[in-house]
Amino acid sequence: MSAPYDEHEARGLARALGWMSLGLGTAQLTAPRAVGRTAGVDDSPVIRALLPLVGLRELTHAAGLLRGHRPTRWAWTRVAGDAMDLAILGTALRDRRGPRRQRVAAATAAVAGITAIDLYTALRARAAAGGTGDLHLRASVTVNRPRAEAYRHWREFGNLPRFMTHLRSVDDIGEGRTRWTAEAPVKSTVSWEAELVEDLPDELIAWRSLRDTGQGPGVSSSGSVRFSDAPGGRGTEVRVEMTYAPPGGRVGAAFARLFGEHPEQQVRDDLRRFKQILETGEVARSDARPEGFRARGFARERPAQPVA
Amino acid sequence: MKANCWTGRNTVEIERVPDPQILNPRDAIVRITSTAICGSDLHLYDGYVPTMKKGDVLGHEFMGEVVEVGPGVSNLRPGDRVVVPFPIACGNCWSCEHELYSLCENSNPNAGIAEKLLGHSPAGVFGYSHMLGGYPGGQAEYARVPFADVGPIKIEDDLPDEKVLFLSDILPTGYMGAEMCGISPGDTIAVWGAGPVGQFAAASARLLGAERVIVIDRFPHRLRMAREHTGAETIDYAETDVLEELREMTAGRGPDACIDAVGMEAHHPNPAMYGYDRAKQAARLETERPYALREAIMACRNGGVVSVIGVYTGLADKFPMGALMNRSLTLRTGQCHTQKYLRPLLDRIRNGEIDPSFVISHRMRLDQAPRAYEMFKNKVDDCTKIVLTP
Repeated sequence: MSAPYDEHEARGLARALGWMSLGLGTAQLTAPRAVGRTAGVDDSPVIRALLPLVGLRELTHAAGLLRGHRPTRWAWTRVAGDAMDLAILGTALRDRRGPRRQRVAAATAAVAGITAIDLYTALRARAAAGGTGDLHLRASVTVNRPRAEAYRHWREFGNLPRFMTHLRSVDDIGEGRTRWTAEAPVKSTVSWEAELVEDLPDELIAWRSLRDTGQGPGVSSSGSVRFSDAPGGRGTEVRVEMTYAPPGGRVGAAFARLFGEHPEQQVRDDLRRFKQILETGEVARSDARPEGFRARGFARERPAQPVA
Repeated sequence: MKANCWTGRNTVEIERVPDPQILNPRDAIVRITSTAICGSDLHLYDGYVPTMKKGDVLGHEFMGEVVEVGPGVSNLRPGDRVVVPFPIACGNCWSCEHELYSLCENSNPNAGIAEKLLGHSPAGVFGYSHMLGGYPGGQAEYARVPFADVGPIKIEDDLPDEKVLFLSDILPTGYMGAEMCGISPGDTIAVWGAGPVGQFAAASARLLGAERVIVIDRFPHRLRMAREHTGAETIDYAETDVLEELREMTAGRGPDACIDAVGMEAHHPNPAMYGYDRAKQAARLETERPYALREAIMACRNGGVVSVIGVYTGLADKFPMGALMNRSLTLRTGQCHTQKYLRPLLDRIRNGEIDPSFVISHRMRLDQAPRAYEMFKNKVDDCTKIVLTP
């Protein structure tokens, strides 16, 4: 991913648009007559009354784009504003003739140009933020065991289903490839193949899923797990980062969340179980949650009665 | 088996539930011989602790006989008599290695939920909501005890249940409350709450060398118990202005350390003050009624210690942060790291330094738990502490 660079560029563009909004807004507020004349709409009392309001809108944009926590988000509000301006100018263009019409046409062309830049900036920002529909998540845990041991346990991929409860199995199929089978909603399973992208003993394991294996819809994902020494003899810091395309895209992910699937929570709980196995040799289970713990399970949790 | 189950606000019922089973290698099953109702069970009974479910088995103070152990438990065998500490602790994580057992990082299967409410998760606890693990409690005939190789302490002599049962929670909790005060010779320690934990905090403060111990409560029978069994002086807060009285008793200095053994459901003699927090609590605008804590902070001498062992679950309003900061007070608190205190306190019991059975006011059968909760809550018949036997 070249996200950091894209993000930087999108921010730069957003800032430039902010300065433009500031100039335009100030002009519309302080000299609405002059602006109206230039655009060829100074003959309409309605538009004359609207211009200071449009100016205010532009100043809001400027504040958001120049000072906001996430300036790129404001690019979309600019696109909306452009659409409004184009609609007004389009109406104005219909009723006017002669030189006045030419001025309106010139103003329309200018606004259309700005709209293109706004749209580009907004799209660019969305792409930089992972707008392709992929989800990114990260989670970490500190395990009170040596780094080599934590790495070894994870690298033995057959161990993964013990602490990643949605996984049924992970099988080594040779040449650095593994076949993963996971539970999917509605009691089905999905299966995919993955390859090891990087393997630095005691430090890093990175993987990437391969294309569809013909069984089920397949899962597109990539990820890494890093192992580093926690300070002062506190064991090992384990950090997971993942990028994946949820089935059904972002809408599907939001829908799954409604039904108790919470990917970040799931990975965090997986890591907690990884810690439990390494530190205590078992996964903590209470009688209310005999299957272990995961975000989804809580909705189904039964009273804390002994197991039947 | 029979078990005492929470069935909603102000109701518990004896129900038949399946017997517990070994689920993990380090589990043991204990046949319970004695179990007690804790003041903190009343917070559950009153419905102030979130994530309780109808049918949850209550109880976190229990002892009994080991009847089955998993393959990972080598220090216990069937027939052993054990007291089980209320926090469940693995013994392997960083917190356990540092004797912070009630903060065990591996024993709460619902750590994610606790994190949302508390920032980070504490240890799992028997019979104390799903936020703390959803473990069935010990007000039952049997209990499953996870990490049985770490928690339970074997009782190898013939000390009766009543003398050792309270090692499970309230004796170590009171003791830790006094220990956190860092008592030096000449110290005066004030204890809010003369329930069983307050009694043990007062007794422990004496054991640890406090010059004077002052206990604050409003029930005459509890204040009398404190005077007779812990050598404390007492203040009835319904009759006396506590801050003024403490100031007089210490010649203006204030107690060197103050222990809050009351927690989230305190009372206040002024109906307006009580009504204010009671209303906010009912509207769920705060989870605590922290009168005792507020008063303990205001009363404490400059540079002193405020030790909180009463249970709180969420957010407290009108917290006197200014007093805490400007007067260099130290706030120390925590659920008891019980496992750490089992051995030394058992020794003190054996040596006759303390006999914790003095707090028991009633002995009843497990079947009578619904009546027992009612009596305990309303202090019927001078009720202080109830021990149940299955």
